[in-house]
Amino acid sequence: MKLRGRHLLGLDGMSREDISLILDTAVSFKEVLERPIKKVPPLQGKTIVNLFFEASTRTRISFELAERRLSADVVTFSTAGSSVSKGETLKDTARNIEAMKIDMVVIRHSAPGAAHFLSRVVKANVINAGDGGHEHPTQALLDMLTLREKYATLEKLKVCIVGDIAHSRVARSNIYGLKTMGAEVSVCGPATLIPRDIERLGVRVFHRLEEVVKEVDVINVLRIQLERQESGLFPSLREYHRYFGVTKEKVAKAPKPITIMHPGPINRDVELSADLADSEHSVILQQVTNGVAVRMAALYLLGISN
Amino acid sequence: MKLHLKGGRLVDPVSGRDEALDVLIIDGRIEQLSKSIAADKSIQVVDLKEKVIAPGFIDMHVHLREPGFEHKETIETGCASAAAGGFTAVCCMPNTNPVIDEESVVRYIIGRGKQVCEGVVDVYPIAAATKGRKGEQLAPMAELAEAGAVGFSDDGSPISSSEIMRRAFEYSSMYGRPVIQHAEERTMTHVGLMNEGFVSTRLGMLGIPRVAEEIMVQRDLALLRYIPHARYHVAHISTRGTLECVRAARTEGLQVTCEVTPHHFTLTDEVVSGFDTNTKMNPPLRTQDDIVAMKEGLRDGTIDAIVTDHAPHTVDEKEVEYPAAPFGIVGLETAVGLAFSELVETRYLSLFRLIEKLSTNPRKILSLPQINIQEGELANITLLDPSFEWQVDTSSFKSKSKNSPFHGRRLKGKAVGVLNNGKFLLCE
Repeated sequence: MKLRGRHLLGLDGMSREDISLILDTAVSFKEVLERPIKKVPPLQGKTIVNLFFEASTRTRISFELAERRLSADVVTFSTAGSSVSKGETLKDTARNIEAMKIDMVVIRHSAPGAAHFLSRVVKANVINAGDGGHEHPTQALLDMLTLREKYATLEKLKVCIVGDIAHSRVARSNIYGLKTMGAEVSVCGPATLIPRDIERLGVRVFHRLEEVVKEVDVINVLRIQLERQESGLFPSLREYHRYFGVTKEKVAKAPKPITIMHPGPINRDVELSADLADSEHSVILQQVTNGVAVRMAALYLLGISN
Repeated sequence: MKLHLKGGRLVDPVSGRDEALDVLIIDGRIEQLSKSIAADKSIQVVDLKEKVIAPGFIDMHVHLREPGFEHKETIETGCASAAAGGFTAVCCMPNTNPVIDEESVVRYIIGRGKQVCEGVVDVYPIAAATKGRKGEQLAPMAELAEAGAVGFSDDGSPISSSEIMRRAFEYSSMYGRPVIQHAEERTMTHVGLMNEGFVSTRLGMLGIPRVAEEIMVQRDLALLRYIPHARYHVAHISTRGTLECVRAARTEGLQVTCEVTPHHFTLTDEVVSGFDTNTKMNPPLRTQDDIVAMKEGLRDGTIDAIVTDHAPHTVDEKEVEYPAAPFGIVGLETAVGLAFSELVETRYLSLFRLIEKLSTNPRKILSLPQINIQEGELANITLLDPSFEWQVDTSSFKSKSKNSPFHGRRLKGKAVGVLNNGKFLLCE
C-alpha cells in the first residue's frame, strides 16, 4: 500500500484510504515503541532535515524521535542564528540544504502555504509540521489515532474543538480529517475567534460550552494565545477562562464522560483546568505517545514511495 | 510614414460610427477616410479584414515603477508592454521613489515617456494627493496639474483622514481633476492576505473583508455629497456592495466614477487555494457573486472604465511564501484579451461599449481630449482582432515582470496594432 502523493502537506482533500493507511501503519509502529530496542531500519541511508522556522518543542522532538527510530540520518535547523536572520529567502535556504543531498524535509513555518511552496521548489518529500493557521496534518492524525484507539471507529463520533478556531492549524486539520473519517465535528469559541463561513466546512458552531457538553463525546481544547487579547479579539484571560475554559464543573453536567484532548502546550487553568487535564478522561499524554507513531508512519510511507 | 488601413471596421464611440471604412494615414495624420481607397504602390497596406479600428486605448491605472524601482519595470518596458497590449496611453500611479508629489517628477516622467518606444504611448502621471502619500498634508496640486498630472491619488495608501480627504476634494475641484481613492479602511485590513470568506477560512489565511472597501467608499461619498463640485473616482472596485454604493450615488447625481480590473471580473478567491503568489493582489480576488456584479456594473454603465492596475514585481519578490509576497500582478498584455473573452464573448458588453470603457470614458474622467478619428486629425488608433485565439505566455511579455496568474490561459480577442504620434507598431 502506498500513499497517493509524494508529500504530506495537509488533510484537506486527503482520501479516507490514505488517512486509514497512515493510522493503520502507525498502529504497527506503536508496537515497535513498546519494545526494549525501539529502532527499525526502513529509512536507513535516508537523510531528513527538520526546518523549524517557528519555536516548537514537542513537535520537533516528536519528529526527531520518529526519524531516528526509522534509522534515518537527521539534521534539525532552527531559525535562531540561521541564514534566515541574515535575510535569506525560504526558497534559497531550502535549495541550499537540498544541494547537500537530502531526501525529506519536515517544515514548520508561520506562513500558511509554506509547505506547499517548499514542495514546489525542492525535489525532496515534504512533510508539513504546521504552516501558520493553515494545517498541521500530523497533529490531526495523532488525534485521530488516539480517538480510534478509544472508540474503535471515528464514524459518527461527536468531537468539538474549543478555542481560537480562526488562527488554528490544529482545528483545520482536525476538521478535514475527522469529517473525511465520518465524525461529526463542531467548534466552540468566542465569535471573534470563529472564522467566517466555517459552517460551510460542515461543522456546527457553538458559543456556549454548556450546550457543547450536552451532546459531544470528545472536546479538543486549543491553546489560547495572549496576543489575541492584545489585538482586541477577546477582553481578558479571566473572562475567557470563565466562559470558554474547559473545567471539571462544566464537563460534570455532561450526560456521559467526555474525553479531553489538547495539542499542547497547555495554559493550565486558562483554556483547560489543571484537574481536568490530569483526570482519567484526559488522553493528552496518549496523544503525545501517538505523535511519534503517526510521524513514523508518515515518514515511512513517504520514504518508501521514492 | 504612409499607411493604408484596408478593409477594417471602424468602431468609434466619439463620433458614434460603426461602419466599414478604409483609412489613409500620412505622417501620422489621417489623410483620408472613405469606403474604399485606391491602392498605391508607395503606400504600406495593412489588411484589416475582420478586424476593428478603434480610438487608441488608455489604461488609467498602471504602475511604471520608475523612478525608484527600475528592477521591476521602467517607463520604457512599461510603455512597450502597454503598446504590446494595445494601449496608446497609460496613467501611472505615484508610488514611486521619489513619490510623484512635486512637479519635477511629473515633468521627468512625461519627458521620459516621449523618449521611449518612439513615443507611441502617451504617459500621463497621476500625482499624489498628499505629500509623500502620507495622508497628512496636501500635495501641491496646482503645480502638479500645471506640470501635467491628470489626477490625484495616494494609490495604495488610502487617504484615511476624513479631514484630509475633504480638503483634497476641495482643493482638487479648483482644477477639475479627480481624486482617485484606493478604498480601504486600513484598521480592518492591515494583516489581511486575501478576501475574507470561506476560502480564507479553509486556507487559514487572514482576510481582507469586503466591508473595509465599502466603508471607505461610503465615507468618501458622504464627503462628496458635502463638496458636490469635487470629482471622485473609485479605483479598482471589487465588491457588489461597492458597486451598489456607486450606483446609488450616481442616481443621486454625485460626480463619482469608478473602474474595474480584468482580474476582478475574471477570477475568484478560489484560485488562491494553490498558494500561487500571483493570486495575491489588493483589493483581493472576491467571489463569483462579485464577478457577476462587476459584469452587471459594466453593462449598466455604473463602471466607467476597465483598468489593469498593472503592478510589476520580480520573480524573486513573488517566489516566496504567500504572506511575504508583495500585492499585485501585471496586466497590460492580457487586459484586452480578457475583456473580449469575459465580456464581449459572453455578451455582457458590445464591442462599442467595450471601446468606451477602454478609451472614451477614462479620457472623459481625466478631462483628456477625446480622440477624433477624422480627416486632418492625428491618428491615435488601436487595432483589434475580436476572433483571434491565443494563449497567454508570460515569457513573451514585453514587461520586465512576469507576475501574472493568467499564464497558459486561452483567450479570444486581441489588440493587433497601435498607432500614435506618427508611430505604428504591430502587437506580437
